[in-house]
Amino acid sequence: MGLDVSSHLHPVGSFDLADHPVPTGMEEIWRFTPLKRLRGLHDSAPFADGAVVLKSEAAPGVVVEHLAADAVVRGTSGLVPTDRVSARAWEAATGVTLVRVPAEAVVEATTVLRHVGTGADTAGAAHTVIVAEKFSKATVVLDFEGTAVLADNIEIVLEDGAELTVVSLQDWADDAVHHSTQHAKIGRDATLKHVSVSFGGDVVRHDATAEYDGPGGSVEMLGMYFADEGQHIEHRLFVDHTAPKTRSNVVYKGALQGEGAHAVWIGNVLIRKVAEGIETYEENRNLILTDGCQADSVPNLEIETGEIEGAGHASATGRFDDNQLFYLRSRGIEEAEARRLVVHGFFNDLIGKIGVESLEDKLRETVEAELAKNVLR
Amino acid sequence: MATLEIKDLHVSVETEDGPKEILKGVNLTIKDGETHAIMGPNGSGKSTLAYTISGHPKYTVTSGSITLDGVDVLEMSVDERARAGLFLAMQYPVEVPGVSVSNFLRTAKTAIDGEAPKLRTWVKDVNAAMDRVKMDTAFASRNVNEGFSGGEKKRHEIVQLELLDPKVAVLDETDSGLDIDALKIVSEGVNRFKENGDKGVLLITHYTRILRYITPDFVHVFVNGQVAEEGGPELADELEANGYDKYVSAAV
Ligand SMILES: Nc1ncnc2c1ncn2[C@@H]1O[C@H](COP(=O)(O)OP(=O)(O)OP(=O)(O)O)[C@@H](O)[C@H]1O
Ligand SMILES: [Mg+2]
Repeated sequence: MGLDVSSHLHPVGSFDLADHPVPTGMEEIWRFTPLKRLRGLHDSAPFADGAVVLKSEAAPGVVVEHLAADAVVRGTSGLVPTDRVSARAWEAATGVTLVRVPAEAVVEATTVLRHVGTGADTAGAAHTVIVAEKFSKATVVLDFEGTAVLADNIEIVLEDGAELTVVSLQDWADDAVHHSTQHAKIGRDATLKHVSVSFGGDVVRHDATAEYDGPGGSVEMLGMYFADEGQHIEHRLFVDHTAPKTRSNVVYKGALQGEGAHAVWIGNVLIRKVAEGIETYEENRNLILTDGCQADSVPNLEIETGEIEGAGHASATGRFDDNQLFYLRSRGIEEAEARRLVVHGFFNDLIGKIGVESLEDKLRETVEAELAKNVLR
Repeated sequence: MATLEIKDLHVSVETEDGPKEILKGVNLTIKDGETHAIMGPNGSGKSTLAYTISGHPKYTVTSGSITLDGVDVLEMSVDERARAGLFLAMQYPVEVPGVSVSNFLRTAKTAIDGEAPKLRTWVKDVNAAMDRVKMDTAFASRNVNEGFSGGEKKRHEIVQLELLDPKVAVLDETDSGLDIDALKIVSEGVNRFKENGDKGVLLITHYTRILRYITPDFVHVFVNGQVAEEGGPELADELEANGYDKYVSAAV
């Protein structure tokens, strides 16, 4: 993959829905998405309350509040909708869920926001703001399950020196549709680990974007997905290096299986003129387990300054490596078991990097359950 | 007790210009307790023979047979061959990302034995096998062959040989890339394996160096996909002195 130097990494956002016409599917940002299956989220599908029930488990020391839609905290991440679904969700959200990690609080326990979908009949719009105040440290898991048609905006604000892990876990039922816009602003010397895990859902489309509010900030974006028969899982990432001496590291890995499984990964990185001395690396790997799957993987790196520490990207989509399977099988390991080992191995380092212990077993079990559908059959 | 018998084996690989024959009628019988060295120049087909015995999908047997104690090996899948008692120490062991050595060894042992090894003794056995080839036991938690040096990969093959304890071992240039100390360590491993019973060994090598530590009963000179000459250990000495020139020019 060569560098894409055409400048389409400067999306101009707007809160005004009139600025976001209904997409036709021809637009660069929509060309991979099956609009027909979005249940009208991109058009005018009405929103109603109650599409998801939120159950929050705040870790001691973390504050979870439900505020009115006009709460001042809204918009503090700098999120400005750049597509119609995000703009509609912004307009329709009737409240804001605020997760606040107070300054200097170091919270070991995990805060969980469980979103349970109540059905796919009506669409829901939601807005969440996670604020890690100065020098705080915490982990927040957003868990999505059940079935729903959901459009949400999730803002993540890291004040100076904060260290935050945010996990967005899409464990939806098969018919769920989820369009999520997640934007992070990373303060001076702050560190964000953003993790997206997608297993379930009919269409899951996530925009995860990050910008920096001062030098020294660091973001790690990790992603793991398993696209099954007929499933569309799309991750659109954008790291905007808006400050010097900032770092970003993006690793997304996915497996695909079954007819019509479709994974899309767009990895955009922009290094602005001011962003001297930055370091960035992004990587996407897809493992194709059966025929009939499609993986689109598009890294884009745009560099406006030559004064950087390093910038790189990698993208690879492949089937099982014959030599790996041969090596394992030559030790007596049966073919299905060899494939199982290889797939677990493919995800293992990533699961380790996520670093949320309570999730590790769950993720490995989910991989096992996914394998049972094809590879171990 | 095991006899590996290879008769008139012809093997080809798929190339852009169609199939290309690499092995052109190989005959070889390895009885239990025997060590056979196969020596030959680069590209003569030594690895092709090794991979074909193990069943690598890249190689197509066009005619001939391979049997283990009279049972057709070519009918078996790769893993069935291993469970039947064949082992291949590879010239270039493969990296398997994300799979730890300990998990790999336990899974392989379970597959070969048909039951999981006893946890307590197994860990000891693994550590002891690693100790014997001077591999730090920390390797157990590393990913299979990932980031291993050439010599470490070869020692790891010997650890597997000792733990899986096959009937017949094919060692494909296990000596290449080893310094003299590592060569001794690896050779001792092979000799320990041989002492374990009536084991067959097919030792593929390019150099005679390893034959100072592992004494072959027979030496076969392999040229252009065939056995060009056979003899006892003294044939190795002759190759040491004169090289392959006489066979290679004869084959052209
Ligand atoms: N895909 C292929 N296309 C063409 N030729 C091939 C292919 N695969 C193998 N060969 C050829 O088969 C021959 C035998 O290869 P093999 O690896 O068995 O040799 P070798 O005796 O093990 O050599 P070395 O001493 O270098 O390990 C070589 O000439 C090699 O180039
Ligand atoms: Mg070879």
